[in-house]
Amino acid sequence: MSATDMNAKSGFLLSLVQRSDAARGYLLLSPALLAAAGTLVVPLCILLAYSFWTQNDLSVERSWVLRNYRDFFANVTYLGILAKSVAVSLAATALVLVLSYPVAAFIALKGGRHKTMLLLVITIPFWTSYLLRVFAWKIILGYNGVINSGLIGLGIIHQPLEILLYNPYAVVITLTHAWAPFALLPIYISIEKIDRSLIEAARDLGDGAWHTFRRVVLPLSRPGLIAAGMLVFIPTVGDYVTPQLVGGTSGLMIGNVVQSMFGRANNWPMGAAISIVTMVVVTIIACAALWGTGGKPGQARQ
Amino acid sequence: MSRKSYLWAGYTVLYIAALYAPVAFLVIFAFNDSTAIAFPLSGFTTRWFSVMANSPGLIDALVNSLKVSSSVAVISTVLGTVAAKALSRAALPGRPALLGMLTLPLLIPGIVMGIALLIVAGAIGLRLSLFTIAIAHVVYTTPFAILIMLPRFEGFDRNLEEASRDLGEGLFFTFIRVVLPLAAPGIVSSLLLTFTVSLDEFVLTFFLAGNETTLPLYIWSQLRFPGKLPGVLALSVCILCFSFFLVTLAEWVRRLGSPANPQ
Repeated sequence: MSATDMNAKSGFLLSLVQRSDAARGYLLLSPALLAAAGTLVVPLCILLAYSFWTQNDLSVERSWVLRNYRDFFANVTYLGILAKSVAVSLAATALVLVLSYPVAAFIALKGGRHKTMLLLVITIPFWTSYLLRVFAWKIILGYNGVINSGLIGLGIIHQPLEILLYNPYAVVITLTHAWAPFALLPIYISIEKIDRSLIEAARDLGDGAWHTFRRVVLPLSRPGLIAAGMLVFIPTVGDYVTPQLVGGTSGLMIGNVVQSMFGRANNWPMGAAISIVTMVVVTIIACAALWGTGGKPGQARQ
Repeated sequence: MSRKSYLWAGYTVLYIAALYAPVAFLVIFAFNDSTAIAFPLSGFTTRWFSVMANSPGLIDALVNSLKVSSSVAVISTVLGTVAAKALSRAALPGRPALLGMLTLPLLIPGIVMGIALLIVAGAIGLRLSLFTIAIAHVVYTTPFAILIMLPRFEGFDRNLEEASRDLGEGLFFTFIRVVLPLAAPGIVSSLLLTFTVSLDEFVLTFFLAGNETTLPLYIWSQLRFPGKLPGVLALSVCILCFSFFLVTLAEWVRRLGSPANPQ
């Protein structure tokens, strides 16, 4: 290829980039897309490949077999921990939605000029350290912790309660607290978008507050509820920080198993397989929830 | 207001109080003059803060954290700003899919992202260090930067850009002289928020850390020793105050210059 050819080519490309909005858009996007591809898509593909390999003492055997998956599904302990993780996550998600909905509705419908301030106050904790917010619960629920020592001080109990910390309930409480502010936003946005005249019409036509809520506000805010549910459920299933700090042995979750495979157990392929299974299970449950609530996946993003 | 409305408002206040209560307990016990984290309080002290300041390894962890978080904030804000500028054109073909892919890291469990990146680092022979931590943080914080910058560019008068182009400015100088100043509040807000998220990030950091410690890793390693708890509390309070300050500042700056609600 001659130099003039090259010049003509690059000149053409340059003019294309300058003229076409779309081409310029893609050019601007390319660094972020490349970064996302290189650090997300490629790693996830390699993770998938790893899950079919096997660990031989210190080396990884790179032949494609289903052994890890067979081992996983043959192991009752693993299956039980996965089921418990899903149950804990679902419980936390349900609690978050029930507890946050009235607050989101209050801010959207009655917030008035304090709306921005209220939203700010609620979302600030979410940006701060997850580790520290979980750590705080360990101190609150502990054997010699805030609740036990407080209740003893008040003379309500005489022995510290042992049931507070190191069980699945402690994990549910901590997860609910940590994720509540995150879920509030999509619910708030969907209620905020509801046409007020619809609510007024329902009231004018004789519906009480409860019926207006059930027949107008709740159905119209469903996309926000679905989005909030996904935003809490998906990341919490794989959490290992909360179970590690407040869950104890009975509160262990699948994230702890994966972490130990990459740590002490040193079986990366098995860890990869477990995390793939977890992601598939999470996706299936999420799709089932979308289908069951009649929301399309596209709606959940609103 | 009716009685029901008062109940409703009361519940909202209770919700916010519950949100802040655990943090409040951390603060109370950081100033409590006892190694036990229990009631009754024994008296006011600031000695845990000097215990903390003198604990070995803390300064190194702090310096490492600041190095990582400041580079992460700059890189992810640059990537996010450029990407958001492109995505702000509604006519861009494939826009929803692109936006979905770029914000995917927010929907993938941290542990999965952590181990996937760890495997890649091993595969290409990258030694675990502050550098690998920073890469993971950039992956995680860039979507935040995009989501902060997108509304700014969407509420942005394209005529200003076209005027600058008509007056003979090139693409690059139009970006520097017209687009950037208008986007400045968003950029400042993005820098502050991505810095905070990176500073506090633990899950990815845990998997991609080599020998160097950062602040969250330092705290994690100290949690095993009950005797060190008061010092950890003092450190936690410092980090929380710093994070609260940065986030409030970021939100204030963002709203200050938001095209959606001019003030």
